[in-house]
Amino acid sequence: MALDVQLEKKLPHFELNVAFTAAEAPLSILGPSGAGKTMLLRCIAGLERPDRGRISLGERVLFDSERNIRIPARQRRVGMVFQNYALFPHRTVAENIAFGMRELSSEKRPARVSELIERTHLKELIDRYPRALSGGEQQRTALARALAIDPEALLLDEPLSALDTHLRSQVEMQLQEVFSVYRRPALLVTHNIEEAYRLGERLLVLSRGRMAAYGAKEDVFRHPPTREVAQVTGCKNFSRAKMNSDGSVEAFDWRCRLRVDQTTPKPPAYVGIRAHYIDFLESAPANAGKENVFPCWLVRASETPFRITLYLRLHDPNGEDGTYDLQAEVFKEKWQRFRNAPCPWHVRLPPESLFVTPE
Amino acid sequence: MDWSPLWISLATSVTATVITLVVGLAAAVWRERHSGAALALVDGIFLLPLVLPPTVVGFFLLLLFGRHGPFGQLLPHFGVTIVFSWPATVIAATVVSFPLMYITARAALEQVEPGLLEAARTLGATEWRVFREIALPLAWPGVLAGTILSFARALGEFGATLMIAGNIPGRTETIPIAIYFAVEADDIQRALYWCAVDVIISLALLSGLYLWTRTQGFASPRRPAH
Repeated sequence: MALDVQLEKKLPHFELNVAFTAAEAPLSILGPSGAGKTMLLRCIAGLERPDRGRISLGERVLFDSERNIRIPARQRRVGMVFQNYALFPHRTVAENIAFGMRELSSEKRPARVSELIERTHLKELIDRYPRALSGGEQQRTALARALAIDPEALLLDEPLSALDTHLRSQVEMQLQEVFSVYRRPALLVTHNIEEAYRLGERLLVLSRGRMAAYGAKEDVFRHPPTREVAQVTGCKNFSRAKMNSDGSVEAFDWRCRLRVDQTTPKPPAYVGIRAHYIDFLESAPANAGKENVFPCWLVRASETPFRITLYLRLHDPNGEDGTYDLQAEVFKEKWQRFRNAPCPWHVRLPPESLFVTPE
Repeated sequence: MDWSPLWISLATSVTATVITLVVGLAAAVWRERHSGAALALVDGIFLLPLVLPPTVVGFFLLLLFGRHGPFGQLLPHFGVTIVFSWPATVIAATVVSFPLMYITARAALEQVEPGLLEAARTLGATEWRVFREIALPLAWPGVLAGTILSFARALGEFGATLMIAGNIPGRTETIPIAIYFAVEADDIQRALYWCAVDVIISLALLSGLYLWTRTQGFASPRRPAH
């Protein structure tokens, strides 16, 4: 079964315009707030009407503007988990879960309830009302309720964003469990890069209603098609660039020449590297002057519990006014080893980690 | 002692409240699903009986149901006359209590989070089921408050009732009308007696409503998601 989506819808500030196919594997939809992610899910669920386009799920056409088909939400069999869960406050967990089963044949129901309660670990909570549940429990109830209708596609709108950090990983694992059994189209909307990567097999980057990137998640991360996609997927370092005749890349903002493994058909406009891939060389002098190795000076640093972000100025120490060329992310243990060494340090920008984009 | 004004008042108010509950709720649901500048006029018309003097309402009803009015000419063909009969007291009470029902039911329905109705739809529920199992139970405290206010208003109706139903003892003589004509006839004892009955019923209703709304934890069923 595949979910085929192709739609256009005019929104107040831009137009939502997407075309993709979600097969039997989870697809992460990543984008900043207000990129049209939720609207996209609502169109698929039948809660909003696209201006034009076609949505089909397996053999069933859910929406077709040309043939004037518009199947109402209740007949779509598309399970949706809302961002705020939308649990019915006057019904218990069990009643919430059973709500959609009314449309299921009665002999299927009991087995389905126990299976769902088992799968979402809700056994002790079935008689509680939603207001007596924690955020994670509410989320699990909402998920079980959506799965109860045996949906042919599953839509999750920011399923983890309302949860505390310590609950997130727990609920995330549960989602992974569900996805591993649920081999049908599943769309997961998020603005968290790591969630998108961990939970999805494929990745769609949405930006102001357009599909900025779409493909296997590894490809999108390794070779972002545009600078914007690189930014949305968390890349911090860019330099304007052009291709030299010998195949190397001239990085204007970084004032250097780089070897890049990735080749692009179009002339590059930018070269970029993710903060984690910048390599600090400890036997610096021996490596100085080698390919993609440059001296650098520390402009400032910012700490998180386990990692440190280093803002670096390349080639010369003139970064006092706070301007920096690169932002590198290093584990603290590694940093401990070179933090006391005098600048310049030497960084290597590995050719396989550099990518170029046409725009 | 003639108890008939009490029974007539109660029968009239109960009937009018049932009608106003169904019609007011239907109007509120209909209005919630449609929007547009023109509908402000509809809202105005629905609320008019609340602000117009009851005599004006009664006069309009006379024009409609009187011998030369559209209903007044149509209904006798079915063997029904409205003016100066018990149904007239019900019509008057329904019309004046309708705005209270409409306005409270609408406010209550608007407070139901739209996401809950949408969730129910994605779970396969028909619109009727969405209304009956989600919207109505969640709006119920407000709807019930509206029902009680409507009942109290129907019970106190005087002006429009007098104009369209008159004062026929044992048929259209409700408590307020009984009081008015008792005072007219200088029967202070009887007036005082019916006043006391009216005060007791209204007070019981309103205190009951107040107590009930305070014990309902239902009014804030959702805890914040964050």
